[in-house]
Amino acid sequence: MNLRPIAIVYAKELRDLLRDRRTLISMVVVPVIVLPAIMISLSFAATKIVGQARQEIPKIMLLGGADSPRTVDALRALHAFQFVPSQADFTNLISDKKIRAALEIPPRFDEAVEKGEPAVIRIYTYAGEMKSVLAAETLEQVLRQKRETIVSRRMAERHVAKELLTPFSIEKTNVASPKKVSGNLIGMILPYMVIIMCLTGAIYPAVDLTAGEKERGTMETLLCSPVARTDLVAAKGLVVLTVSLATAFLSVSANGLAVVVFSKVTSHAAKNPLPPMTLDPSSLVAVCVVMAPLAIFLSAAMLAIGLFARGSKEANSYMQPMLILAIVPAVAAALPGVELNYGLAFIPILNVSLASKEILTGTFHWNYLAVVFFSMCAYAVAAAGAAVAMFKRETVLFRT
Amino acid sequence: MITARHLTKTFHDQKRGAIRALDDVSFSCQPGRIFGLLGVNGAGKTTCLRMLATLLQPTSGTATVAGYDVMAAPAKVRASIGFLSSATALYDRLTAREMVEYFGRLHGMREEALGARLNELFVALDMNEIRDRRCSKLSTGMKQKVSIARTLVHDPAVMIFDEPTLGLDVLTARTVLSFIAQCGRQDKTVIFSTHVMSEVEKLCDTVAIIHQGRFLGEGTLSEWRERTGLRTLEDIFVRVVEAPR
Repeated sequence: MNLRPIAIVYAKELRDLLRDRRTLISMVVVPVIVLPAIMISLSFAATKIVGQARQEIPKIMLLGGADSPRTVDALRALHAFQFVPSQADFTNLISDKKIRAALEIPPRFDEAVEKGEPAVIRIYTYAGEMKSVLAAETLEQVLRQKRETIVSRRMAERHVAKELLTPFSIEKTNVASPKKVSGNLIGMILPYMVIIMCLTGAIYPAVDLTAGEKERGTMETLLCSPVARTDLVAAKGLVVLTVSLATAFLSVSANGLAVVVFSKVTSHAAKNPLPPMTLDPSSLVAVCVVMAPLAIFLSAAMLAIGLFARGSKEANSYMQPMLILAIVPAVAAALPGVELNYGLAFIPILNVSLASKEILTGTFHWNYLAVVFFSMCAYAVAAAGAAVAMFKRETVLFRT
Repeated sequence: MITARHLTKTFHDQKRGAIRALDDVSFSCQPGRIFGLLGVNGAGKTTCLRMLATLLQPTSGTATVAGYDVMAAPAKVRASIGFLSSATALYDRLTAREMVEYFGRLHGMREEALGARLNELFVALDMNEIRDRRCSKLSTGMKQKVSIARTLVHDPAVMIFDEPTLGLDVLTARTVLSFIAQCGRQDKTVIFSTHVMSEVEKLCDTVAIIHQGRFLGEGTLSEWRERTGLRTLEDIFVRVVEAPR
């Protein structure tokens, strides 16, 4: 290999690509602006909708309760519900979202409570409909409080200590460090995102520099130069790799920033705010090391496919299934219970996802990591070899 | 100088089996002379020229270009030739200057020499106005001039033209043809393939006829006239390709 022609071809191809609006859209506009904008607007919209639903005073139909004024009056006094007169078709009214829920109070409920007899209050709701579920939750909460008050009163009347009902309490203590907690969360998302964005970022340049060149007739022009074909593949592969890594880096940074901004803005309103996200720089470096051969493998594989195709359309039709094939192992790694072992360490993409997940939680199984790294290096070499072989085949280069 | 010895190329097609695109072709081209390769579409001209340019490898036989064997030293062959065909397009997103500069660098030219050569070519081809214009914005004629500058930037000893006027308008075609004639005058070895008889009559010192992958003979136009007793190249061509073999 000769470095000078590689550098010349690399610089030209990169300049050529960066002048293409489509590269800028797929490399910068989509990951840096569109994806974070979609993520932030969807999250804000979801937060707003849930907030509005929580603030709404739900319409509740009261079924029965005429002979239980104490309970009914207590509920009305809360001003948390808007009670409507009972109707026979209340189930339809709930399904049609005319009312949020119905509360059925059995006959002589107050009397049964006073006597200590068992009674059942029924809440009718529309499962899966957010506003109905929220209304039912609020009703249940109010009724549970009422029940607890009654229990406390009865125990006091019978001179029974409250502690009798709670012989012991349960406390959960998190022993994992904040680094491990956040690493576990980040480890589920980050490898998946990097792999998908690496692949997405590689598709357009790989097609443009191979099938696209054949289609436009510049491939023959380039092949007339004295540069060795191996050097041409190396330069083109490096360009694909650069764009792919830049897309992944920009995407992860922009979306990471979007998550941080969003969680800061909404932290006061969130019921369960996210734990503080911290990343150990050494873990991040280790993830980059494990990811490097995978990124090379993906770029080389895309380049080989692009070279094999007759034109851009054919190349794209080969690459879309590749994207799906890559998503499956990347998603599988995020499933609970899937952990790195010797068998999985040989499966490309899945192995790197699992290894990254482990590294981010601070777990370093060096034996597995070595298998992952070296097997991915072998796959990367094989893919690069396939791209070079493809570039040397006349039947592939001159078929359009 | 170009010497082809028993050049043969066989392609394999899944439906049609083995196809012999070029069959035992031998010829030689001398510096300062324009060698015309005349044949109908599909005769094997492009295959022959692509083998000389080392874009394709011969199935058997060999060739030397500027003293280098196409099989043993393909990079040196490519460094010694300028290849221009209707299929050698330009990079749309590069400017005319960047395009020519790029190929100069790929041919190992140093920056100083490249700058001087670029100025010389842009003046000679009257391209200074389009120097910094992107190739996608150029007219067909201007694009062809950029292609010519691209093939000439490293001042090659051998020029290979594969139907360079295909699809061009009359004025652009004239520019290309005058450029080919100029290469001949500059003592370069020139091989030029076409199926346009008038271009061959106007330009070529030697005319070779190729048909269905086979070389049917070569000679000057007057030699062909003597051999066949016919006047026009078109008549000569038809007589030669239709002769029973």
